[in-house]
Amino acid sequence: MTAPVTEPVLSGRKFFMNHEVTPTSHTLADYQARGGYQALAKVLKGGVAPADVIKEVSTAGLLGHGGAAFPAGRKWGVIRPDDGEPHYVCMNADEGEPGTFKDRWLLEQVPHMAVEGLILASYAIGGRHAFIYIRGEFDLPFHRIQGAVDEAYAAGLLGKNILGSDYSLDVVVYRGAGSYVCGEASAMLASLEGKKGWPRNRPPRLTVKGLYQKPTVVNNVETLANVPVILSLGAEEFRKTGTPKSPGTQMISISGHVNRPGVYEVEYGYSWEKFIYEDCGGIQGGRGLKCIIPGGVSTKILDADQIKGVTLDHNAAVAAGSQLGSGGMIAIAEGTCMVRLARVIQRFYHHESCGQCTPCREGMGWMERVLDRIVRGEGRPDDIDRLYHISNANDGTTICSLGDSAGYACTAILDHYREEFEYFIKNGRSMMDGQLAVEDPFAGAVPTPLRGMAGAAV
Amino acid sequence: MNAPMQNIQHLIPEFERWKERYPAGFEGSLTIPCLRRIQEERGYIADSDIDELVAYLGVPRTQVDEVLGFYTMFTREPLGRYHLQVCHNVSCSLRGADGLIKYLCGRLGIQPGETTPDGQFTISTAECLASCGTAPMMIVNETYHEDLTPAKVDALLEELAK
Repeated sequence: MTAPVTEPVLSGRKFFMNHEVTPTSHTLADYQARGGYQALAKVLKGGVAPADVIKEVSTAGLLGHGGAAFPAGRKWGVIRPDDGEPHYVCMNADEGEPGTFKDRWLLEQVPHMAVEGLILASYAIGGRHAFIYIRGEFDLPFHRIQGAVDEAYAAGLLGKNILGSDYSLDVVVYRGAGSYVCGEASAMLASLEGKKGWPRNRPPRLTVKGLYQKPTVVNNVETLANVPVILSLGAEEFRKTGTPKSPGTQMISISGHVNRPGVYEVEYGYSWEKFIYEDCGGIQGGRGLKCIIPGGVSTKILDADQIKGVTLDHNAAVAAGSQLGSGGMIAIAEGTCMVRLARVIQRFYHHESCGQCTPCREGMGWMERVLDRIVRGEGRPDDIDRLYHISNANDGTTICSLGDSAGYACTAILDHYREEFEYFIKNGRSMMDGQLAVEDPFAGAVPTPLRGMAGAAV
Repeated sequence: MNAPMQNIQHLIPEFERWKERYPAGFEGSLTIPCLRRIQEERGYIADSDIDELVAYLGVPRTQVDEVLGFYTMFTREPLGRYHLQVCHNVSCSLRGADGLIKYLCGRLGIQPGETTPDGQFTISTAECLASCGTAPMMIVNETYHEDLTPAKVDALLEELAK
């Protein structure tokens, strides 16, 4: 018997997806017409002290939206304003956790909210320079955020003496060059120093020794975009949205086997089932839901029963056995071959392991090879134990948390669907139909060689 | 000691402008942006580019070598005129990425990692490109092409092959 669920009272408010998206809605003029940069004006012209900005963000209970849900105000509060050091803020726009594309939406559609948040955060911690680290492959999101920065400079919202105050800030938009691990904050700062993106051990924390050994705050795009919202509404009003322990909203990008994939802004405390079956239109092909990857592939998989009666907030997701992570949700339909899916995940981790820590560098390739042979029909009886063994050796022995999750993303699937792995190893074929796509647009399509090209390879 | 700036000389004024928004002492940070800019121009990074960049930025050569080896977007050799990068991560796989890759390979007569003999097309597989809700997808050079179907791929290839 499950305990009766008490539905939280929701405000129904949205902070980001609350206006019509038009060809100009991302521009400075449109953002200002919606009340944009008034929070910044209130702070800079109203004489709000940096400490009071931090206090407001702390009181609002803003949690990091990059995956770890660390309280933003607490992170900022570590910076000591009078230590005589330069302080930096870096916006983490290196969105790369598989299944996650909500920051892309924010960068493309509301880039000025992120920029305003970056300025406010920099003001709060006494920063003179700030950075926007954006993933290398992003094209439109880069042009949109660079455009927003350029517009802000031209309007006196960046550069020297912002809005006539004595506060000055320069912002660099820094494009990565293709690396998953650079989404990890310490790897990101190494990359920002022009080096390969290797994470480093903590302590010291990045807020103590970060970019070029100077105190640095790294915040996700969505986290920063919430800051002007908080300062406009006030912490108390902000907290009326969401749940007491997860105030506000979460941008969720959903993909996989739902009928309406895309980006949604969901108030914390919203029903998970309602979200999947109503908002996202249920599962393709009229199938049932098999399982969910809740917040990027690095979060543990939950089967359909585990989300019954669960609300979309951090505490509820943890109680259900996983995390909301980066808001990158992937729905998987009944009938999907979990062995093949695990292999896709493991190929990814092997590809992206930065090579620094032995357990991850060697283990991820090993796990991929094991899964490869299972999928080829050459699995060995002890391969399941082997996968657990390698994953366990990885857990807690790597510098960054990406290394940890690299193993258990696969073993969490094993925990739930062990019989599929056993069947594949025993029979040399999938227990399901072996397909990953429910509706494959390329099924039955016969490729004819493009003119001038050599004969088709398949 | 300083290599003569033959290949990147014309880019130096641009690099110098970038420096204005960085704090002092951040020259090393320009390694990645400069390499990106050079590759944008040439299509790949040549040995001489590395020599010149090392001389210009004053960074250790190993740093540039490491960066070139570490990040997937850098290439030391020319690719096809059109670089087709197909995502085959989880969400795209659930929406038909395998079929898309097979279809592209069939149409172009090459395998992932290869370039067509006429130097027009290179196919690569890629990991999550944050386009999961519009899968299957690929990037052609810089541009995202999403919600792909055989008809869309055909139209695109015809256009590019013109």
